[in-house]
Amino acid sequence: MTSLVSLHNISKTFDSGTQAIAALDLDVRAGEFLSLVGPSGCGKSTALRIIADLIAPTTGSVAWRNGKPENGFVFQEPTLMPWRSALDNTRLPLELKGVARGDAEARSRQALARVGLGEFEKAYPRELSGGMKMRVSIARAIAAEPKLLLMDEPFAALDELTRQSLNDDLLKLAREDGITVIFVTHSVYESAYLSDRVVVMTPRPGRVTADIAIAQPAERNAAYRLTPQFTEAAGKISAALGHAMSHAA
Amino acid sequence: MKRGLIYIVPVALGIAVLLFWEWAVAQWNVPRFVLPAPSAIARSFVDDRAQLAAATWTTFRIVIEAFVLALVTGVALAILFAQSRVVELALYPYAVILQVTPIVALAPLIIIWVGYEHIDKALLILAWIVAFFPILANTTLGLRSADRNLIDLFRLYGASRWQILWKLQLPGALPYLLGAMKISGGLALIGAVVAEFAAGTGTATGLGWTITEAGNRLHIETMFAALAILSVLGVAIFFLLSALEWALLHRWHESAISRQD
Repeated sequence: MTSLVSLHNISKTFDSGTQAIAALDLDVRAGEFLSLVGPSGCGKSTALRIIADLIAPTTGSVAWRNGKPENGFVFQEPTLMPWRSALDNTRLPLELKGVARGDAEARSRQALARVGLGEFEKAYPRELSGGMKMRVSIARAIAAEPKLLLMDEPFAALDELTRQSLNDDLLKLAREDGITVIFVTHSVYESAYLSDRVVVMTPRPGRVTADIAIAQPAERNAAYRLTPQFTEAAGKISAALGHAMSHAA
Repeated sequence: MKRGLIYIVPVALGIAVLLFWEWAVAQWNVPRFVLPAPSAIARSFVDDRAQLAAATWTTFRIVIEAFVLALVTGVALAILFAQSRVVELALYPYAVILQVTPIVALAPLIIIWVGYEHIDKALLILAWIVAFFPILANTTLGLRSADRNLIDLFRLYGASRWQILWKLQLPGALPYLLGAMKISGGLALIGAVVAEFAAGTGTATGLGWTITEAGNRLHIETMFAALAILSVLGVAIFFLLSALEWALLHRWHESAISRQD
């Protein structure tokens, strides 16, 4: 797989003096589903924001192989505008990029239908459940047809059933659209289920301590969560995480 | 049944109090320059209708002008504050000083500066000073309260400052602004009347002046009539602004969600 973006020797120290990341090297390949796993405060979110160019690194560089492509971002909270309907929230990226309203609405409608909310386009965020709001947030990200989707613990606040169903939908959407995903999570099992590759980070200041490739089957479903392959992958990630934590202490 | 009671109970109480008042004044021969009967006050409404109507119009016009001026300048300055921390640091203390200085103490100075021949302009400025600050303070807070992640999202998609202001900060500040408008509407009325008191006699002919003037002549029933009009004006402003708030927020804002959900 060809490289999409490479981080070289990235570090980030905030104005408060907190060093979030130290000497982070990361190569993201086009089309992969990459998870960043690590303890709280290890700079995973900071790394995502540096890739999205929302904050500048203190040192180091971000190199895009073929120029910076369209990025999408999904936050831990749904981050919707409460005064806008689901459709108008989904439409926001297209609106900001100057897409004509009719076209933008048609594409947003399609995106909402793909996350299973075709009938809720007129609903306001307060009328939707937590899982549905997160679906709108995902629809908003895919409506702009990103090449790279950055996700910052998007399902952490959801119940287990909603989370598993969103995991499956996300995999399907990413595969259909050929989107590269960088997925930040605390959950060993979630990363084992979703990822082609899991990068484990040390506690603050974060750096890469393990890089685990996972051979995923063609079809993933609830039954896959009970197979020895899945358990083995989760075990590897868990061990690497434990190793990272013990070294920090 | 329950909805009807909300209106029936207070209205019934009001009527009962008026009837007792009427009866008590006659029963104990209370002089009309101490407490006029409700019927005497009603007669004043009829006899002094030309004067009361003109005074109401004068006060009403100043209140509306001051309120609109406070709204426009308050929001404009809040936008400026939200765009530039330096401007806010420079101007905010003076806005606070203007706010905490009692309007009655400020009135004579403003009236002298503007001149008695333009007394309505002086009243407008004084009512504006009182009504302006809640709009400025609340709108500034509202503009600054925009979700950080949403701002990041706007920036990710290349939004300009103007787009962030117009599509994110201003709609988000709307509940703050509408709350401030309900306070400022009442304050504009208070400011206009207090300024008229401070101006004393002269060319001012609003409801504040009517009350002073009627008091000097011991026309207590006219004082009551003017007071009643002021109350109705205040309540009307509050209800209109509450209706506006409901119209703009009820689809999406938490404050408008009914408890029965």
